[in-house]
Amino acid sequence: MRGRPNLLAGFGSLVWLAIVGLPLYVMLAASLQSRTDYASGGPLSIPDRLTPQNYLDMFSGGFGRYFLNTAIVTVAVVAIVLLVVPPLAYAIVRSRGRATTAVFRIFLLGLAVPAQAVIVPMFYVISEVGLYDDLIGVILPTAAFSLPVCTLVLTGVMREIHGELYEAMAIDGASAGRMFFRLVLPLSKGGLSTITVFSALQAWNGFLFPLVLTQSAESKLITLGLYDFRTQHGVNVPGLLAAVVLSMLPILIVYLFARRALIQGLMGVGGK
Amino acid sequence: MTSLTAASAGRLRAARRPGAASSRPGFLWALPATVFFALFALVPLVLVAVLSFTEWNGLGDPVFVGMDNWSALLDDPVMLKSVWLSLLLTALGVAFQTPFSILLGVWAAGKQRNRAVLSAIYFIPLLLSATAISVLWRSLLDPNFGVPAEAEWLFGDGNLFGSQSGALAVLVFVGVWQFTPFHTLIYQGAARAIPQVLYQAAEIDGAGRVRRFLHITLPQLRNAIVTSVILMVVGGLTTFDIVLILTQGGPGTDTTITAYYMYDKAFKGFQFGAASAVSLVLVVTATLISLLVVRLSGYDRMRGSTEGL
Repeated sequence: MRGRPNLLAGFGSLVWLAIVGLPLYVMLAASLQSRTDYASGGPLSIPDRLTPQNYLDMFSGGFGRYFLNTAIVTVAVVAIVLLVVPPLAYAIVRSRGRATTAVFRIFLLGLAVPAQAVIVPMFYVISEVGLYDDLIGVILPTAAFSLPVCTLVLTGVMREIHGELYEAMAIDGASAGRMFFRLVLPLSKGGLSTITVFSALQAWNGFLFPLVLTQSAESKLITLGLYDFRTQHGVNVPGLLAAVVLSMLPILIVYLFARRALIQGLMGVGGK
Repeated sequence: MTSLTAASAGRLRAARRPGAASSRPGFLWALPATVFFALFALVPLVLVAVLSFTEWNGLGDPVFVGMDNWSALLDDPVMLKSVWLSLLLTALGVAFQTPFSILLGVWAAGKQRNRAVLSAIYFIPLLLSATAISVLWRSLLDPNFGVPAEAEWLFGDGNLFGSQSGALAVLVFVGVWQFTPFHTLIYQGAARAIPQVLYQAAEIDGAGRVRRFLHITLPQLRNAIVTSVILMVVGGLTTFDIVLILTQGGPGTDTTITAYYMYDKAFKGFQFGAASAVSLVLVVTATLISLLVVRLSGYDRMRGSTEGL
């Protein structure tokens, strides 16, 4: 439909490519250089000697453990979200009770309660119940703070299921539970993958809760490992950037193979 | 017509017969999520209000001190400055991110193959943690080992973090780098939903590309703009990670925004009571904006998009 090529847009898109791509390139290139090579060549040079040493150093420095911890937290958070959000969204969409409407409003307000705002009492509560420096103490608040967005997204998806389908099942005498498993869940697959993607990213990239609620190396998550590494070895830029690459590697691998699902998922979060 | 009405009346009756009540989920279905959310989000929210009237150093028990924290907060020049800085950073973020993400989103909504490939790269920052992004930029902009040391014509003495304007510029820039992809995504989705008929009609009328953008695309993106701007405002007011890693609130307190000030008071100064008062200011601001979200977007009216079609 559009006639001549849009040169201005083409140029703009290349500028943006440089803004996004260059830092990523510098990061990758620097992480594969030795400290002396990086210091003499500077960040913008094209490296002539590459070495995986920085990455190996990371793993001998305990990053493997941080990886494992982060993976545990991520899986647990996604599991909690998938366990409690679908029934909640189902109740919000289908229930006629005033209580569920009120609950929905609470979750909507929860959307804008930033984690920063409750971090002090969270620290108090988690310490009081003895979960300080325990992965469970990170998992629970992280999952709780993923709930509002996930609920919003999933209710949006479930509302698109036509009333006739429920009525047809009701005529067959299906109970609320049967409708949930036979009708609602199968038709909400897109929404379920969206909230999986969203909560997994929240958990993997989470920083504030681990920062405040954990302390020891045994319960350290990868973002915190990164932060500590910067505080302690800020001058070791190639090592630091290798750590950054490592922290994003699993997500980038998923992105490579499931880009569409991931982007659709995030688009669902933004669009709803 | 009559038979249709009779059929739907029959269905209504069927839905109302005894036992049909159980075909709708009760409150029990909402209970687990609600209890969980109440315990870990609402209880702390109430506690933050309670703690703001106490003095607590992180050990032992909080001691009730009445309005002390609040009156101290009112006289605290850093607090006032932090609110002002939060608003400034948020406004700058909206001002820079919105035009970029609208243009990129509309561009990426096109079907061409090269756009799909480029978009794949553009969206990468979306996946990265604020921590990773901040550490990356902190290293790239390092005064001694980073890019500024190589490009003095652009960066002057190279110490971007040494002045308030420099540090703010870094924060705004990194914010743009981090969040533009997300908002681009919102606009891409919205731009794809614009009916092609509108463009065809405009083309027949001889409207050029710029006019089509200004008179069709922009007005059609209105809802997306509202959503995106509100998300930017909420996100901007609660920016924390990038400040902690990039500037530590400095130089001095020149980039100490409210969220960072709260963290600083609590976990560096161990004044948890005073920090709670700061938190509460954050909560109230965020809640007011959240109410605005609900109002403007119509989320609370519970309507599916297929209804009325």
